[in-house]
Amino acid sequence: MSLTSLILPLLIIGAIYFYLGQHWGRRQWALGSVKLHSLPRYYGFWTGLVATVPALLLLIFLSLGDDFLFKSMLKQFYPSDVLDGDVVVRAIAFTKVMNLVEGVRFGVQEPWVEAAASAWIGWQKVADLVIASVTIGCSLVAGIFAYRQISPTFRARNGVERIILWALIACSSIAIFTTIGIVLSVLFESIRFFKLIPIQDFIFGVEWNPQFEGAERAGSGGGTATYGMLPMFAGTFLISAVAITVAVPIGLFSAIYLAEYASLKTRSVVKPLLEVLAGVPTVVYGFFAALTVAPFVRSVGASLGIEVASESALAAGLVMGIMIIPFVSSLSDDVINAVPQSLRDAAYGLGSTKSEAIRQVVLPAALPGIVAAIILAVSRAIGETMIVVMAAGLAANLSFNPLDAVTTVTSQIVTILSGDQEFESAKTLSAFALALVLIVVTLALNFFALQIVKRYREQYD
Amino acid sequence: MTDEVIDIKPMDFQDREVPDETVGEVHVKNPRMTARNVSVYYGDKLAVDNVTLDVGTSEVIAFVGPSGCGKSTLLRCYNRMNDTIDICRMEGDINIDGDDINDPKIDVVSLRARVGMVFQKPNPFPKSIFENIAYGPRIHGLAKDSVELDEIVERSLERAGLWSEVKDRLDQPGTSLSGGQQQRLCIARAVAVGPEVILMDEPCSALDPIATAKVEELISELRKQYTIVIVTHSMQQAARVSDRTAYFHLGKLVEVGETNEIFTRPAHRLTEDYITGRFG
Repeated sequence: MSLTSLILPLLIIGAIYFYLGQHWGRRQWALGSVKLHSLPRYYGFWTGLVATVPALLLLIFLSLGDDFLFKSMLKQFYPSDVLDGDVVVRAIAFTKVMNLVEGVRFGVQEPWVEAAASAWIGWQKVADLVIASVTIGCSLVAGIFAYRQISPTFRARNGVERIILWALIACSSIAIFTTIGIVLSVLFESIRFFKLIPIQDFIFGVEWNPQFEGAERAGSGGGTATYGMLPMFAGTFLISAVAITVAVPIGLFSAIYLAEYASLKTRSVVKPLLEVLAGVPTVVYGFFAALTVAPFVRSVGASLGIEVASESALAAGLVMGIMIIPFVSSLSDDVINAVPQSLRDAAYGLGSTKSEAIRQVVLPAALPGIVAAIILAVSRAIGETMIVVMAAGLAANLSFNPLDAVTTVTSQIVTILSGDQEFESAKTLSAFALALVLIVVTLALNFFALQIVKRYREQYD
Repeated sequence: MTDEVIDIKPMDFQDREVPDETVGEVHVKNPRMTARNVSVYYGDKLAVDNVTLDVGTSEVIAFVGPSGCGKSTLLRCYNRMNDTIDICRMEGDINIDGDDINDPKIDVVSLRARVGMVFQKPNPFPKSIFENIAYGPRIHGLAKDSVELDEIVERSLERAGLWSEVKDRLDQPGTSLSGGQQQRLCIARAVAVGPEVILMDEPCSALDPIATAKVEELISELRKQYTIVIVTHSMQQAARVSDRTAYFHLGKLVEVGETNEIFTRPAHRLTEDYITGRFG
């Protein structure tokens, strides 16, 4: 609450300082007696930005930080059984207090909860006041400082440039920190999983039966839960391999056609049409695979006398391959187009035919980009869930036969985590372990592909 | 190439009269390639206007003229490189050793093996030096085995005066060479196919003076075996390397003759103005 309502005043202060700075610059400009280092508006930007940006950062920091402070101050209200309790007990106690703070009341609460809640509300009021005065004060002081700093020789333009640089760095680091955050959150849950299930059982296990977990805990017998990841990874690689076998030749050849053979007019029609494939929701591909392709594959198999499971890896892989064609074709088309015309001229000038020029000159030069496109398509295939859930089944068979029903890592994660889950059971936590291995595998894949590209690339600049 | 498409006409020569008849002798006794009434259009724009010209066997002929005069366009007709430009259309006849190059029976691929080309900007393939040279012989099946291929590569590099500079690093990328070396590599690459004619489209315009001197020296060396057509913007270069010079203006062939004649006693007013630097 305090965060949002304070942004507007800070922006107004910033605008005022911008006006002051620019006005100062314009006056000097008009007087013409001294030469200004920068244009008047840069002095405005400088004063305005110095007045706003640090104050805004302070505001975000304080608003996020005060809860942590209150949480530790809350301890004095907890009765001894809560203080001695484990993580769950404390979390419940904290939730009770927060419900009261937010005005949600379930029956009669213990007196310490009431006391803690009213104290929290009191702290919140003080904190809001402190945050408001500190940030606005910071803004005003920083603004005055910046305004007094400016002089005809002051390099406002360079200063603004520096602020822009830092803003850009901040934006790009958000992406990096998010990735790190995702990896860490998956990692911590996985570590909890590996405390329950030995890591070697998970990585080298060939049986995947987490559904017996509940029965096992209840002691009712009936089966043992096993957490071997190999069947799912085998399924993932099987389906991805089928998909890549479909997508790479079709995608690459259509890219070559588009870039080298098609007339401009054909290209302007065909390329967007191909890209439409990428826009089809995966759930639509899913029922296309389950209702059209899988029965078709089965009946073709039957007519050849081959037994095909009604939910086969082949059907899911074929449809997934169609889905990722545009990733291969569109990006490859772009990189093939980026190969300089002079290289084609050189090849034609030596008497190459079109396909010789493409195979021996254009494609080798475009190779790094094409490999990048394929990697992107592979990671898309590995991460794809919906088609597999709908068309390949959920049976965790360790099989490399594309005619069998298999399952993949992602579709198992979905099965495990959909619905209400208790986060103390090995079954739920196994999803995070699967996700961790998936992340590691895709990273490794990217790394090796980059090494291959580095070794075989033909650099044309 | 592009500067031929863009129409750059300074005001002062737009008014000058361009003659319909070419001044000088367009025919030679032993022609390698002959052009008869050749016109080239980019879409609707006339780029080369009714040019008749012989290129003699084992001679170096220089095409000169202001930007946009059609000299590069005509050059690219000799090996049908203009085929790669959709909107480009050619009329008239060009023959090589008496064969019509536009005859459907003539394969453009084998034509380009007979008429090699060196481009304005050095454009080595992003492959090793060896592979750059071996590319042409490979696609035309000129070498029976790898020993023969090695010989062709060595001979071509030697002919381009590059062998001593690169013989210890044939496996390094062609793009790692300096600009002048790259251009000589491109010449060696063209020579490796064993052409009769080599077309050069401003081969030195991207090179420094020392590299230019080396390439010019190489051209004088190559003239013993090959017919060379060179487009150049440098009058001095035309004077240094060519036997005959053809002066083009607004798509027309204005004057052609022995290089010393053209540079000492130009017959046409436009030629004189151009070579004396009055415009261009």
